[in-house]
Amino acid sequence: MRLFTYERAKTPAEAARAVAGQPGAKFLAGGTNLIDLMKLEIETPTHLVDVQDLKLDRIEQTGEGGLKIGALVSNTALASDARVRRDYGVLARAIVAGASGQLRNKATTAGNLLQRTRCPYFYDTNMPCNKRKPGSGCAAIAGYSRQLAVIGASDQCIATHPGDMAVALRVLDATVETVNAAGEPRAIPIADFHRLPGATPHIDTNLAPGELITAVTLPRPLGGRHVYEKVRDRASYAFALVSVAAVIQWDGTGRVAFGGVAHKPWRIEAAEAAMPQGAAAVTTSLFADAKPTHDNAFKVPLATRTLAAVIAEGNAA
Amino acid sequence: MEEGEYEISRRSVLVSSAVTATLAAAGVSEAQPLPKALAPADHKVSFVVNGKGQAFSLDPRITLLDALREHLHLTGTKKGCDHGQCGACTVIVNGERINSCLSLALQHEGDEVTTIEGLGTPEKLHPMQAAFVKHDGYQCGYCTPGQICSAVAVLDEIKRGVPSHVQAELTRAPTPTNAELRERMSGNICRCGAYSNIAEAMADVAEARV
Amino acid sequence: MKFDTPAGANPTDRMQVLGKPLDRYEARLKTTGTATYAYEYKDVAPNAAYGYILGAAIAKGRITAIDTTLTEAAPGVIGVVTYRNAGKPGVGKFYVQKMLAAPEVDHYHQPVAVVVAETFEQARAASALIRVDYARTDGRYDLAAQKGSAPVPPQGEFGGPNEKRVGDFEPAFAAAAVKVDETYTVPDQAHAMMEPHATIAKWDGERVTCWTSIQQMNWGTRDLGLILGIPKANVRLISPFIGGGFGGKGTVQMDLALAAISARVVGRPVKIALQRPIMFNTTIHRPKTIQRVMLGAGRDGRLTAIGHESWSGNLPGGRTEPTVASTRTFYAGPNRLTRMRLATLDLAEGNAMRAPGEAPGLMALEIAMDELAEKLGMDPVQLRVVNDTQVDPEDPSKPFSTRPFIQCLREGAEQFGWDRRNAKPGQVREGRWLIGMGMAGAIRAGKIAKSGARARLDGKGIITIEADMTDIGTGSYTVVQQTAAEMMGVAPDSIVVKLGDSTFPETPGSGGQQGAPSVTAGVYAACVKLREAVAQRLGFNSAEVDFSDGRVKSGNRSVPLADAAKGGDLLVEDVMEFDKLKDQFQQQTFGAHFAEVAVDAYTGVVRVRRALAVCAAGRILNAKTARSQVIGGITMGIGAALMEEMAIDQRFGFFVNHDLAGYEVPVHADVPHLDAFFIDEVDPTISPVKAKGVGELGLTGVAPAIANAIYNATGVRVREYPITLDKHLEGLPAIA
Ligand SMILES: Cc1cc2nc3c(=O)[nH]c(=O)nc-3n(C[C@H](O)[C@H](O)[C@H](O)COP(=O)(O)OP(=O)(O)OC[C@H]3O[C@@H](n4cnc5c(N)ncnc54)[C@H](O)[C@@H]3O)c2cc1C
Ligand code: SF4
Ligand code: FES
Ligand code: FES
Repeated sequence: MRLFTYERAKTPAEAARAVAGQPGAKFLAGGTNLIDLMKLEIETPTHLVDVQDLKLDRIEQTGEGGLKIGALVSNTALASDARVRRDYGVLARAIVAGASGQLRNKATTAGNLLQRTRCPYFYDTNMPCNKRKPGSGCAAIAGYSRQLAVIGASDQCIATHPGDMAVALRVLDATVETVNAAGEPRAIPIADFHRLPGATPHIDTNLAPGELITAVTLPRPLGGRHVYEKVRDRASYAFALVSVAAVIQWDGTGRVAFGGVAHKPWRIEAAEAAMPQGAAAVTTSLFADAKPTHDNAFKVPLATRTLAAVIAEGNAA
Repeated sequence: MEEGEYEISRRSVLVSSAVTATLAAAGVSEAQPLPKALAPADHKVSFVVNGKGQAFSLDPRITLLDALREHLHLTGTKKGCDHGQCGACTVIVNGERINSCLSLALQHEGDEVTTIEGLGTPEKLHPMQAAFVKHDGYQCGYCTPGQICSAVAVLDEIKRGVPSHVQAELTRAPTPTNAELRERMSGNICRCGAYSNIAEAMADVAEARV
Repeated sequence: MKFDTPAGANPTDRMQVLGKPLDRYEARLKTTGTATYAYEYKDVAPNAAYGYILGAAIAKGRITAIDTTLTEAAPGVIGVVTYRNAGKPGVGKFYVQKMLAAPEVDHYHQPVAVVVAETFEQARAASALIRVDYARTDGRYDLAAQKGSAPVPPQGEFGGPNEKRVGDFEPAFAAAAVKVDETYTVPDQAHAMMEPHATIAKWDGERVTCWTSIQQMNWGTRDLGLILGIPKANVRLISPFIGGGFGGKGTVQMDLALAAISARVVGRPVKIALQRPIMFNTTIHRPKTIQRVMLGAGRDGRLTAIGHESWSGNLPGGRTEPTVASTRTFYAGPNRLTRMRLATLDLAEGNAMRAPGEAPGLMALEIAMDELAEKLGMDPVQLRVVNDTQVDPEDPSKPFSTRPFIQCLREGAEQFGWDRRNAKPGQVREGRWLIGMGMAGAIRAGKIAKSGARARLDGKGIITIEADMTDIGTGSYTVVQQTAAEMMGVAPDSIVVKLGDSTFPETPGSGGQQGAPSVTAGVYAACVKLREAVAQRLGFNSAEVDFSDGRVKSGNRSVPLADAAKGGDLLVEDVMEFDKLKDQFQQQTFGAHFAEVAVDAYTGVVRVRRALAVCAAGRILNAKTARSQVIGGITMGIGAALMEEMAIDQRFGFFVNHDLAGYEVPVHADVPHLDAFFIDEVDPTISPVKAKGVGELGLTGVAPAIANAIYNATGVRVREYPITLDKHLEGLPAIA
């Protein structure tokens, strides 16, 4: 870990200014991802702006009947909120399917959205990795890629967004609220928040440098049955091989997004029209462009089978 | 992949002519001397550990875990991985358990930290510690302080209604069933495999509380 | 004391303290965070500097240049140790790995440098400033690719003959009415103990003292002496608490060697803990095996031909993974062939991990037995019963000392409700879950070795036992305490146990599940001597005295034991040595494992619902800690069955998933309530204490029992561990 300087910001605008004003500066929220990566010198910030005093830790009702979740609300607090549990079950379920109790206590809403990939080559600084070091190559494509993306990847990078919460937020059509150094707010639909790797795999999201996430807002509740199904080798404390976030209405229509398969939560709204016809009808179009590797080809049928389980459980209930 | 596709940098690799495989290259940015201007021990922080106020002047890179172990010599809190992957470093901060290895000491200004040493002593065991002894909820003992801190916090989380992955109904209050305890304890790895006994130790304590 | 005839009645038979489920001796230390592990000593070397290891970035080749200029100029740096200033580190006797790339690189993350600094943070940061240039050469990383050319190596010190024939295997197999001929693979596995290897090393002139985490003191002093080029007598190791080992801390690893070398180079005590992300490629692991099992049987299920051929790979000079060991002794059958081949691989060294050979060997053999049972239409328990043998199948003149294997099978089947199993696979379904039951037999050598102990009685009646035995979570402290209490007729709290110091009498340490039987035999010897000394001091005729209730009694005279030390402490030392009994008897431990799994019919995810073991291991010294050893083994077996694999990148030549997030071991949620029972038996041929080990037995046979249960649930036979969902997904019921 390189040496850095540290400060605690008092207001969102001050924090955004502090990061924008200094090259190499980064926000520090829970630290559960950033500090991990700093120890390995995968992240090498020269200055940390600790955001814990920004008072962005409340969950409030919005005028539109939705919820506004402060950027610093912990994963535990978010999943525990009675409104979230009642009206946005898929979100609570996704969160508690992730990481561990200890990590969720520290992990923040913003930090969780911005957690970086768990690609093992990204984590090993001896290895070529375009995401960690642009232009160095991608060791994963012809390497050990069991965990990695099957769709939306590029010949530069096949990493996945490893998180669970974002998959649920995608199904809920959440919006990421930000503020920049000039104090200007911006609202980014979750669909546009994470990027595909393309030729710039080192850029995970569409946040501008120094742009601070202040909140995530949820639209009005959708009703229906909320499911988050996470498939993994070990029963807990493991990242998803494939996950499904779904909100299914009683008439069989619904929304669905997949985790563990792409550089961002994978959802194509048009594919959802086929929900009443069953899982295969949906995934055929959702994964039409899948280009899995030898190691992760199983994820495509697994995605279909997982969605089938989700639908079947609903029918059984 | 072809040879020479990867940029060669700090830990550079020359390929002997016989090699047909790909070539390892480093991904770390170019080495730079550390900025000497930054004296490492000039950050101040204070927090309470097991009821006792502690003031530090620290290298900003020091984690809460290393502050406890190397500076306060409270070595009950263990380092198993230093990367949030094992739970050996679990401590309770302001009533919630966290991995102290993934937290900078500086993040904890004014916090109340409870470590295994703050729960009980050999002469006066905490009920959870006594239950671990009774049920043999440990073997080598290395994961044990983390397990015990977690176990104490888990029962509290259940009481407070924090939901879990195995809860059938999210809107109902959770209860300390075996499945609940195991899911909630899953952030604490025990390679010796004392899990079955730990769950029973926790069930004992949970029962005594009701 | 020499043990050369089967033990008769002796004080350990009283079982007033021995066998009882006593809480661990060190319970209150471990549960309160006051047990001190290697890295945690502060007063012994208050000025210890911090070492941080830089691992090699390539798997095979050489270092062409190292530039440490920036590192040396970095804040806090005291020194940088590389092959250029490390002296010429030797190699120990047990591991072939070299502690430093010098300048040849033998495997990925082999240490290239140690940065020693005032603080951990400084050492870590400065290690990233070293510039290393490498010339990479071709390496061999793929066992399957090397399989064709791998020779049968000459027999090594451990693991038995690499080729062994009895009868005439080939024609017998060809003629067998029912046959199984399948190939199984067990991947590279990591010990992944929770305490990383760690050492504080301090020199005092020519002598070095290391607070470290090591399982075998005698090997440790020998090997560190060889590595440092100093006499073994100049090495002292101290390891009273060890945060798990499973064979991975058998003897000197990089932390210990490099802390000692670095401390010598910088002239100051140095402490090093291996960073978790380098442990997987730096230290030893259980090497991958490819195993072909050929079983031929008559229609009655009796085996007529047993063949087991196995391939493993290692660094040049490394050991063969002795997978066929159990096949040689487990089942009857007149025609037998076992053979092991060894390839050269340029991966980290393969070496002992919990039940080396037997654990992976049974992972193959016991699936093959299940396959045979199905072909025969015979119950898998019954198949094992009909093939039981009470004599060594390779040498019928040698009986098993005890072999209640059938009893393990029958009791296990009964307790588990085996009769509820549907023999036809893929039949039982509960909602989305396919349910299956499986079982497997277990056998693990019951070893014992020369072991010493020292006993001191003081005027308060306190008896202090010292031995260089270690406790890696196995319960050594407690069984030593119980043995001494039983022998001396005192309450357990009159016993003080001191372990884990190489200056104490030599034992074989923790390894090969021989620790508890050996050390307790040594304690027995020392206590016999102490009893004699006590009797003599008190003027008793030593043949007729009874030691009980803290008193020494003979006829109608009864004296408090403490009186014997009134005139000064009584101090004795003895060594238990073993002779020909181990050649006259096959000494083994046995078990039967049963498991029930649920497989998600949609996703293929496997969860273990129940598991149960019935074990036979001679006298059980502590019912609680022995049970914990077995359920710990079952837990590790769940990992081996379902998730553990070090994935190899064949281009770069390394284990890719080299941390505890990538290398998954079971967590709480994977492990249901586990049951373990023991057969009530003693083995008088092993030692006067009549006890064998259980620590490794608990692991052997678990993974194949689960594999067989998965097959029973799904009808898809997977022969490649771990059984992850992708391996049977295609064979699961079609979805609507
Ligand atoms: C072993 C392990 C297992 C895990 N398993 C899972 C899992 O199964 N599922 C899952 O979803 N996650 C998992 N996680 C990841 C965990 O959820 C994340 O580490 C956590 O959510 C990050 O939140 P944080 O607040 O700690 O972020 P930090 O580490 O503080 O920050 C992460 C990034 O976000 C930036 N940032 C933080 N706050 C803001 C802000 N307000 N505005 C702009 N930028 C900001 C930081 O600069 C940094 O780049 C796991 C982590 C570990 C270590
Ligand atoms: S997949 Fe992406 S993150 Fe992984 S090595 Fe390739 S470029 Fe790096
Ligand atoms: S040491 Fe913190 S989680 Fe492992
Ligand atoms: S007791 Fe050894 S790791 Fe849990």
